[in-house]
Amino acid sequence: MTAIDHTAVTLDPEEARRVRQERLERIGRWLLPLAIMVLAIWLWDRICVWNDIPKYILPRPGVVLQTLFDDAGLLFSSLLVTLRITFLSLLLAVIGGVGLAVLFTQSKWVEMSFFPFAIVLQVTPIVAIFPLINIYVDNQTTKLLLCAWIVAFFPILSNTTLGLNSVDRNLRDMFRLNGATRWQQLRYLRLPAAMPYFLGGLKIAGGLSLIGAVVAEFVAGATGQSSGLASRIIEAGYRLNAPRLFAALILISFTGILIFLVLSLISHLILRRWHESALKQER
Amino acid sequence: MMQEKVAQAPASASGKGPMLLALRGVGKVFSNGVTALSGVDLTIREGDFLSLLGPSGCGKSTALRLIAGLATPTSGLLDWRGSRAADRSDIGFVFQEPTLLPWADVFDNVWLPLRLKGVSRAKAAPIVMEMLARVHLTGFEKAVPRELSGGMKMRVSIARAMVTKPRVLLMDEPFAALDEITRFKLNNDLLELWQDERFTVVFVTHSVFESVFLSNRVVVMAARPGRVFKELAIDASYPRKEAFRTSPAYAALCRQASDVLIGAINSTAGPHHDGH
Repeated sequence: MTAIDHTAVTLDPEEARRVRQERLERIGRWLLPLAIMVLAIWLWDRICVWNDIPKYILPRPGVVLQTLFDDAGLLFSSLLVTLRITFLSLLLAVIGGVGLAVLFTQSKWVEMSFFPFAIVLQVTPIVAIFPLINIYVDNQTTKLLLCAWIVAFFPILSNTTLGLNSVDRNLRDMFRLNGATRWQQLRYLRLPAAMPYFLGGLKIAGGLSLIGAVVAEFVAGATGQSSGLASRIIEAGYRLNAPRLFAALILISFTGILIFLVLSLISHLILRRWHESALKQER
Repeated sequence: MMQEKVAQAPASASGKGPMLLALRGVGKVFSNGVTALSGVDLTIREGDFLSLLGPSGCGKSTALRLIAGLATPTSGLLDWRGSRAADRSDIGFVFQEPTLLPWADVFDNVWLPLRLKGVSRAKAAPIVMEMLARVHLTGFEKAVPRELSGGMKMRVSIARAMVTKPRVLLMDEPFAALDEITRFKLNNDLLELWQDERFTVVFVTHSVFESVFLSNRVVVMAARPGRVFKELAIDASYPRKEAFRTSPAYAALCRQASDVLIGAINSTAGPHHDGH
């Protein structure tokens, strides 16, 4: 594991080409999407100008940006409302998903009995369940939370269950030989082994909890009181305020990207020392 | 308790220690109908370095799992007769793969058996560090398994198995996946450890050369059904160093064991399938 000083070695043409290729790829990975994005925005702007499209149909990018600044107070306070639901539901999804997964792995019978219910909950569209929730739950926040939770918890549950069950057989035997208790096996073997799976599920659930929160607001918004980003979008739609619609949309997208990046970073930091997925590729 | 043992001459085939464990008519039939073992009689004495040698499918790994208590025999019995080793804390097990916790560093991996028995990190530290020194891994406490070579991982695995100071060390083809140079080194180090600590080893292998180099007793097994074919005494004195590998005595013993193994393979009834 000695470090090789690359500058000191004269590379043959093939290796030199490979080094050049790698450097190009590293730059391209950032530059290309950025360039395409800029091009797309420019094209968007041009299409508006060339076709003389009114801003209540398709606003120019500059107008959207301007709206984002002008309506910042309104939009960001709405964003906070949506974020609160998102993070609370994600937290509950983690607690519920991991808790249920641990319960499932304690007994095959429990898993066999209850896993189908989790699947039923997952495959039924949330908008179809919402009217029922609306009848049974009074509190607005609880309603939204429940909705976002139902959407977000399944990937955590199914991934964590898979992880807890994917422990190396020999390691399990080794724990048995050393007289490990059920709790010790969970604490020192199953939970750490399930970590990469759980984090994979968490990344999916992060995005889903945002989607869940927005969808819930949409459905709830139709019935009245709600002040999240979704209700801003509905409101803007009614008023043909396209610039604000776009601004809210961009805000939601960026929030989703941010959530994904943060969760990816957390995942990388936890796994970087040992898991294949987080290792730098050598050779 | 250990004092009288220190004075003993190194065990050889002729030197008979007290009985540790006897397998009496042990058989194992799996639920799919495969007879893994049939009528195995085998006495293991304290201080033995006993190899189970045989082709794939002869049940040598199954025998080891039965001894470890990871499986129960269908017929016959395991007679521990008064020895404390029936208690699992007196058994160390080394798997074919290193079987380490990939997220834990070397120290934590070796600490694990003690940790499961409630020994704190501080209390375990001197024991763990001593064990790491015994397998020549001092300075690697903080490394995680993926940073280690195959041989080093196996050393960690051995240290982990030995950290509870078991009286019996069960090894299931531990060096099969290693290159020859590394395997020779680990053979030497294992013998050294065995001679210093005087524990009992049951070593499963399919290598004639390895079994003869290490053991004082080689038990050759045959397949279909898995059974003991013949036992060989390896009458060469310890310590066995690198020079032993090239000695005519070693060559003769290997030839002898090899002949018995061929006999065992040919004795297998029914159509012969190659191991996977």
